[in-house]
Amino acid sequence: MTSETQPATQSPQSEGQSSKGTIRVLQLYPREMNIYGDWGNALVLKQRIKWHGYTPELLEYNVGDDFPDDVDIIVGGGGQDSGQLVIQDDLQARADQLRELADNGAPMLVICGLYQLFGKFFKTSTGPTIPGIGILDVETQGTDERLIGNVIMKSAEFGDIMGYENHSGQTTLGPGVQPLGTVTKGAGNNSKDGHEGARYNNVVASYLHGSLLPKNPAIADFLIRTAAERKFGTFVPGSPDDDYARLAREHAARRPR
Amino acid sequence: MLSFSVPLGKLVRTLSRLRGGGSAFPGLVVEKIDPRFMQRTLASLPHGVAVVSGTNGKTTTTKMVVELLESQGLKVFTNRSGSNFTRGVAASLLGEVDWRGRLDADIAILELDEAHAVHFVNKVPPRYSLLLNVLRDQLDRFGEIDKTARLLEHIASKTTDTVVLNREDPRVARIAKTINTLDAVHHPEVRYFGLDESLRSTFPNDDEMRTGGGPSPSGTSVAAAPGEAVDLPDADVVLRRVGAQDADFEFDGKTVTTTMKLRGVYNIFNAAAALSLTRAVLGTGPIDTPKLVKALGDVAPAFGRGESLTVDGQPLELVLVKNPSGFRLGLKSFPAGGYATMIAINDNYADGRDMSWLWDVEFESLREGGVDVLTGVRAYDMALRLQYDDVPFGTVEPDITAALRTFIDGSRGKPKRIFCTYTSMLAIRRELAKITIVEVVS
Repeated sequence: MTSETQPATQSPQSEGQSSKGTIRVLQLYPREMNIYGDWGNALVLKQRIKWHGYTPELLEYNVGDDFPDDVDIIVGGGGQDSGQLVIQDDLQARADQLRELADNGAPMLVICGLYQLFGKFFKTSTGPTIPGIGILDVETQGTDERLIGNVIMKSAEFGDIMGYENHSGQTTLGPGVQPLGTVTKGAGNNSKDGHEGARYNNVVASYLHGSLLPKNPAIADFLIRTAAERKFGTFVPGSPDDDYARLAREHAARRPR
Repeated sequence: MLSFSVPLGKLVRTLSRLRGGGSAFPGLVVEKIDPRFMQRTLASLPHGVAVVSGTNGKTTTTKMVVELLESQGLKVFTNRSGSNFTRGVAASLLGEVDWRGRLDADIAILELDEAHAVHFVNKVPPRYSLLLNVLRDQLDRFGEIDKTARLLEHIASKTTDTVVLNREDPRVARIAKTINTLDAVHHPEVRYFGLDESLRSTFPNDDEMRTGGGPSPSGTSVAAAPGEAVDLPDADVVLRRVGAQDADFEFDGKTVTTTMKLRGVYNIFNAAAALSLTRAVLGTGPIDTPKLVKALGDVAPAFGRGESLTVDGQPLELVLVKNPSGFRLGLKSFPAGGYATMIAINDNYADGRDMSWLWDVEFESLREGGVDVLTGVRAYDMALRLQYDDVPFGTVEPDITAALRTFIDGSRGKPKRIFCTYTSMLAIRRELAKITIVEVVS
């Protein structure tokens, strides 16, 4: 190590202090739906919960598992088309539970493949239509055109959101959801509407990988704050060091599509 | 046509060499004026064509196959690294054929990028193919890894004699099923290269990234798709053990131990792949096993793949990392202890623009010693990644020239290791040549 080494950890709030409480984060189908670094979202939630002075507990739900009680945040990722086929029956069996959680305001983040399946349906380009669970008023149509590249969007709620899209499904929003943001670089939900992602209650849905949460800590903190307020009535934030997130955002914003 | 196109192509090649130009342009010229040049030339080879493809390790593996076959007295034509597409092959051929268009070789061993290989095999069905792996690599170019697997499947389906498959990669091993559904006329033989059970846990595949790798407790092997029970087929060559300087390979029911110049367990696994393809090519003919084993031990890594250079009297290792599996294997194969470490991450087209892959690599093994310098266009993405894994780091300097100076000045007297993406590796080699005498040791 060189002498200018600086500690990269900043968790003084969590050490030597009693925890403000436990926040349980459930990863949906990490076995099949974890492509493109979606683990990064779970890791960021785990670490930031700690940095805010709470105790994180990371849980997994895979096909056929018992669905855990008392879940505070749900995260789900993208997958190959083959992964979507593997989980679809199990997801339908959990649809009522997940819908009730979403309707009651549980914070959730669903990316790419699970964004599509949280919608009404995904009509694949090769023929079969995969039914969604209809939490989000969106429909997805598979195409032969792949939307790939860096994305930047503006959101009144979260400021500039940035990440990387890679999808051939094109998603159309219905009146029951709001877009997550307005795209200033890249495509977004589809190649014509100029918006990206969807918002319903405390559900955040997006096509963006990157992973999404590391460079967009505002979204991570929204999920944590919402979870804490629902569980404890109040959220007492810590002060995570977001200097590297800020610098990574500045550099990422200058990169080509 | 014949008497005209080849001399013209060679002339264009010479001219474009003189102006320091691209390697594929003469290939384009000959393709335009004599579209069947490549097929005709390759069809004349007594042992035909073997294609090496997959997302990782093509260059080193191709180099190994060439050297193994040469140890058995064969004359081998191969395409130079960086021209692993059809036009590049045509350009390389132009450099080797005589003025009448004849190629003095017994066999062509061609490294082909998986997307380009599909076009190539449609023009020239290979006699042999070796399919290494399908890792999450450059997804922004091909979309999804299942699609990449289909590209490899297409190569296999066009192969006439023998397809050599990685038994441990589920997406590659599954190709055997497709081949077996082809009609008998187009039914190549399938053989596998494999890993000893004790080594499988060091090769997590992409489906197991979040489940810790290795065989799952339920007894399904790494070759099983989710929910798919599988009996492992027998492998033609099995890598049994990897030591610090040597390795054990099993074939023909015997275990052979050899010293290895190659470093990194994934490189040595590719040696098993090369051995299996070599055995397929040599077929039932006589094999000089001592010479073959010696050639295996002597293979040096290809450019930038686990290379060791000397800087200020200390070793400096360049470890190319292109995707999460490669980075994880790199961290496992080259323990951090005693080394100063730098990580260089670019996001140019050849590296892949999406930074998601860094989040599929666990960096805990660097926590104790920390990382001295982070560099590259995406140095701050790497810093952010290490922050979330509680790995301490020193200087963050996106400029590779400045970062390299800081790294070398700050770690005098220590062996050094740089994990780098493809284009950052090229930049680092250029800079190393400027600031110190770069002596290549293999």
